[in-house]
Amino acid sequence: MAVLPNARLLVGAGLFGLFAISLCIGVDDLPMGSVFTDAGALQLLLVSRLPRTVAVVLTGAGLAIAGLVLQILVRNRFVEPITTGTGQSAALGVLAVTLLFPTASIAMKTLGASLTALAGTSVFLTIAHRLPPTQPFLIPLFGLVYGGVIGAAVTFIAWQADLLQYVDIWTNGEFSGVLRGRYELLWILAAMVALAWWVADRLTIASMGREVSLGLGLNYQRIVQLGLVMVAVISSLAVVVVGMIPFVGLVVPNLVSRLMGDNLKSALPWVAMTGAVLLLACDIIGRLIRYPYEIPVGTVLGVVGSGLFLWILFGRTQRA
Amino acid sequence: MIEINNVSLRLGGTQILEDVSLTMPKGGVTALVGPNGAGKSSLLSLIARLQPLQTGSISVDGLPVDTTPSRRLAKTLAILRQDPAVASRLKVRELVGFGRFPHQRGRIDANDLLLIEAALQQFGLMDLADRFLDNLSGGQRQRAMVAMAFCQGTDYMLLDEPLNNLDMLFARQLMRDLRAAADNDRRTVIVVLHDINHAAVYADRIVAMKSGRVVADGPPAEVLRPDVLAQVFGYDMDVIDVGGAPLVLHHR
Repeated sequence: MAVLPNARLLVGAGLFGLFAISLCIGVDDLPMGSVFTDAGALQLLLVSRLPRTVAVVLTGAGLAIAGLVLQILVRNRFVEPITTGTGQSAALGVLAVTLLFPTASIAMKTLGASLTALAGTSVFLTIAHRLPPTQPFLIPLFGLVYGGVIGAAVTFIAWQADLLQYVDIWTNGEFSGVLRGRYELLWILAAMVALAWWVADRLTIASMGREVSLGLGLNYQRIVQLGLVMVAVISSLAVVVVGMIPFVGLVVPNLVSRLMGDNLKSALPWVAMTGAVLLLACDIIGRLIRYPYEIPVGTVLGVVGSGLFLWILFGRTQRA
Repeated sequence: MIEINNVSLRLGGTQILEDVSLTMPKGGVTALVGPNGAGKSSLLSLIARLQPLQTGSISVDGLPVDTTPSRRLAKTLAILRQDPAVASRLKVRELVGFGRFPHQRGRIDANDLLLIEAALQQFGLMDLADRFLDNLSGGQRQRAMVAMAFCQGTDYMLLDEPLNNLDMLFARQLMRDLRAAADNDRRTVIVVLHDINHAAVYADRIVAMKSGRVVADGPPAEVLRPDVLAQVFGYDMDVIDVGGAPLVLHHR
């Protein structure tokens, strides 16, 4: 495919360019030339701009990988963790930790969220595997309902406990609150992406199904468990630190699969990078559209992501 | 050698296999034939440890399939299930390359590359090697899957209805390839076939099953007799001799 080198170049250059642009955008003027002479400018860069940009890149890469892994586990290309119960289960976990241990650290909240997300995703996976494989759209529909039910439980409990504004923070993903000292847990996302790449061949084999996996001597059960942990940890970190961000996990793996195929040893790094580029681009749009105010990145992604998703859907039918 | 002793299987209240005992020596092509629901596929997936054994025992080259680590077995037997429905967008060469996974756990070396090319060559896939699976016809995909099983390099290859989706030309070609794998590479091929005349020509031995039991077992000339066929398939059919091999007129 001739489009390939161009796509790779575009993603690589895009990440670089957007990273630089993201550092330059903000309410305060920050001429890049002055960071070496002006201590205040350097401070602004290191405390706010850089952490925010790094957080966006890590989150975008992580969410794309979580979507990819969940799609492999469920064997359905139309699911992503944030809308099919994992994100909502994570929110339930943070809420529970906040209610039971009001002084809990952000790491403790993430741990609690990861545990509930793991349970919630396992239930989703178990039920998804029982749905008839002849109707692939039943799984994402079930996922939306399932996520909706858990989300409703979260809202109800939060309303009872007068914690609704917290729930709002976890459910609407945005990066305006990211400062040095409040995002560092997101580096775990980088570790998760690296872990996914480490087991890329196993994930590719798992994507061919249980029987092919067993025939090749792969411990299918173990790779499913590992995948579930990855999905739960990534989603929980995203929910706790920046809030729910839809569509990245859905659109990016489909996009990369169309262009490069599903051999993850080569495609997985591009899934991560494309996720980072998409989220960074949407964050920048959200910061610019009604400058100096911000539109949450989740809202921008709702528009951009659904557009991309429609393109993938229609592109599919044309090809078939 | 594959040894199957007193194997029964019950799924959801239905008896799938009933007290099957069978020995398949190493080497050659064995065809499993029988009507739908006879238990051929189930027997194959039990041998390949895709389903847990309920009663009885199965061993392949002395390795009990229920207790031997899956990774170890993957170096001894390869299985291709009916309609594997691989939805992953992989190129043919990548798919065939995954056949080397049990040996290398992902690190392909120069020897593996040679084996992958050999498998592509053997199954006439050189022209398709860099195409994505989802851009191929059903028959081409099927050949790629068989090539992957071949590339696994195991002594035993178990294939469940590999002729599905193949036209006459490719069905014949695949049977010849399997015969060559047995003759030249000393593979033991066990294949579920619906086209009994392919079994007649290419198999050394035919095992006929019905209602979960083995009802006949022997070389083609012994099994493909009108009385046996009527018992297995439930209707009368003529068998004629063409160049020394039985030809079953099952369609008349």
